[in-house]
Amino acid sequence: MARRSTPGNIVTTTIDWAARWAQTQSMWPATFGLACCAIEMMATGTAHNDLARFGMEVFRASPRQADLMIVAGRVSQKMAPVLRQVYDQMPEPKWVISMGACASTGGMFNNYALVQGVDQVVPVDMYVPGCPPGPQSLMHGILTLQRQIMTGQKVSG
Amino acid sequence: MDEAPGRTVSADQETDTQYVEEWVSGTEVPDEMATGEGAQEMALQESGYRFREQLGAVVTDDYLYEEEVSEDERMIINMGPQHPSTHGVLRLQLELEGEMIKRCKPVIGYLHTGMEKTAETLTFMQGPTNVTRMDYLAPLHNELAFSLATEKLLGVEVPPRAAAIRVLMTELNRISSHLVALATNGMDIGAISMMMYGFRERELILAFFEKTTGLRMNHNYIRPGGVAADLPPGWRQDVANILKTIPARLGQYDDLLKENPIWLSRTQGVGVITAKECRAYGITGPILRGTGVEWDLRKVFPYSGIDQYEFDVPVGAHGDVYDRYRVRVEEIIQSLRIVEQAAERMPKGDFRADDRKVTPPPRARIDESMEALIHHFKIFTEGFRPPPGEAYTAVESPRGELGCYLVSDGGGKPWRCHIRAPSFYNLQALPVMLAESMVADTIATIASLDPVMGDVDR
Ligand code: SF4
Repeated sequence: MARRSTPGNIVTTTIDWAARWAQTQSMWPATFGLACCAIEMMATGTAHNDLARFGMEVFRASPRQADLMIVAGRVSQKMAPVLRQVYDQMPEPKWVISMGACASTGGMFNNYALVQGVDQVVPVDMYVPGCPPGPQSLMHGILTLQRQIMTGQKVSG
Repeated sequence: MDEAPGRTVSADQETDTQYVEEWVSGTEVPDEMATGEGAQEMALQESGYRFREQLGAVVTDDYLYEEEVSEDERMIINMGPQHPSTHGVLRLQLELEGEMIKRCKPVIGYLHTGMEKTAETLTFMQGPTNVTRMDYLAPLHNELAFSLATEKLLGVEVPPRAAAIRVLMTELNRISSHLVALATNGMDIGAISMMMYGFRERELILAFFEKTTGLRMNHNYIRPGGVAADLPPGWRQDVANILKTIPARLGQYDDLLKENPIWLSRTQGVGVITAKECRAYGITGPILRGTGVEWDLRKVFPYSGIDQYEFDVPVGAHGDVYDRYRVRVEEIIQSLRIVEQAAERMPKGDFRADDRKVTPPPRARIDESMEALIHHFKIFTEGFRPPPGEAYTAVESPRGELGCYLVSDGGGKPWRCHIRAPSFYNLQALPVMLAESMVADTIATIASLDPVMGDVDR
């Protein structure tokens, strides 16, 4: 936790490091379930998988209290403006995880109804592949995002 | 207006009320008021009723002072599409008069995926991949409805083992779907532990699904002509484990909810619908059975040989949220019975029809036989061509009658595919159930409908 510690129980650190550490360890996702992937997102948050281990179990109903948006599922043309509005309501700093094939690319539905990738609407920090990605995949995505925030650099896989 | 409970005015209060009616905001402040803060004024002790009201000793609402509700008191609020308790992306427009809902209008389409159109671009073989993503809590039922319709077009019979595997898997799926319904219903009304319990048991079933089909959800396991793969080694052990664990856990849920006074008062007499209204709206599934109608497609139009299994159709009596919750719990027990029988009598034999024009040949044959290789190639490139015609088949999904209507023009892809989605019909009941109820009951009622928006919008 500490950068340098001197004897006598004194810990010195930089504000920047401490702030990033705080951001990583208590990231609150907005509940933004859209389709099948949302069920897996719920499964990640409940018993057996228990997202609370990473300080993220507090799914906030209000975007104003959230700093992570997990886009879990397919985004229809009708939903896209709503999604953007929710994103705009979230306070900075904020991150977006695109969960599943549909959110990332449109998945198997290349048709008139779906937005072909949520990155056309909001900036995405992390893509989690799968249809649906299992809880382990989502947790891996979250941990990678945490590492990315901590180091301030793009981290892959 | 005075007859409504909680709104009766005693003689004592009546005289006190006079005082408030006399004073209109903006006019001269009567002497009893200490400051000029108007309606936010701290009442003097002598002012009686108003003072007690501010103490919280009496509960009143604005209607006490008015005979007629003016237009400005009606308020239209918007709930969703981003709301934790609308089970996805359902949007409701509610017209409120104070706490009472006068009108409710569901707005759907936020998850419209164009799946019926997509089905026209996929071969019959690829079809289940698409439909399984509609009702994502009961993917196997979607696949079953589609496969049955395709088989009806083709005139193909599946072998007994395939039918038994289908029954086994869909009934397990019914249990996992009802567990999620119980979990979310509990969480929406504040029984958060139920959320944890429900998903804990669901993991048990999903682990078995993953072992059998390769995926936790959206399996594409039931396909025209049979199922994709045989049951995995050790499946009897897994099923026995499920059969042992879940009944014990159901007891825990009953401890938590069945006689819990908070649960009872939040669910009994809430979101009531009658059998007649259900029939008028085409509502099926646990909602219809909650009103006391014994209508289950597994009994009236059996499929996959489910009429050979012994099970009961649980019904409620009042058609309220509580009865629907009870019907779901009882259905889990009945599904466990069917699973047990299916596991016991699982017939030996092939797990898909032995028709090389419809199902791919066994993997081992492809290395030996040129014909097998050709059949394999043909099935996965252009699929098969059912004769022109149309077919409708329906299965009892955890939410009600799930039907699939297919039209073939003789080509390799459906000319038209339509799904009769139970959630779509059940959702039409919301305005009926919510009329003249409290805002807080909206959540309980939506949760008890157990709508899956992917099923509604497709
Ligand atoms: S990626 Fe797959 S599981 Fe996720 S929303 Fe799309 S179809 Fe459903």
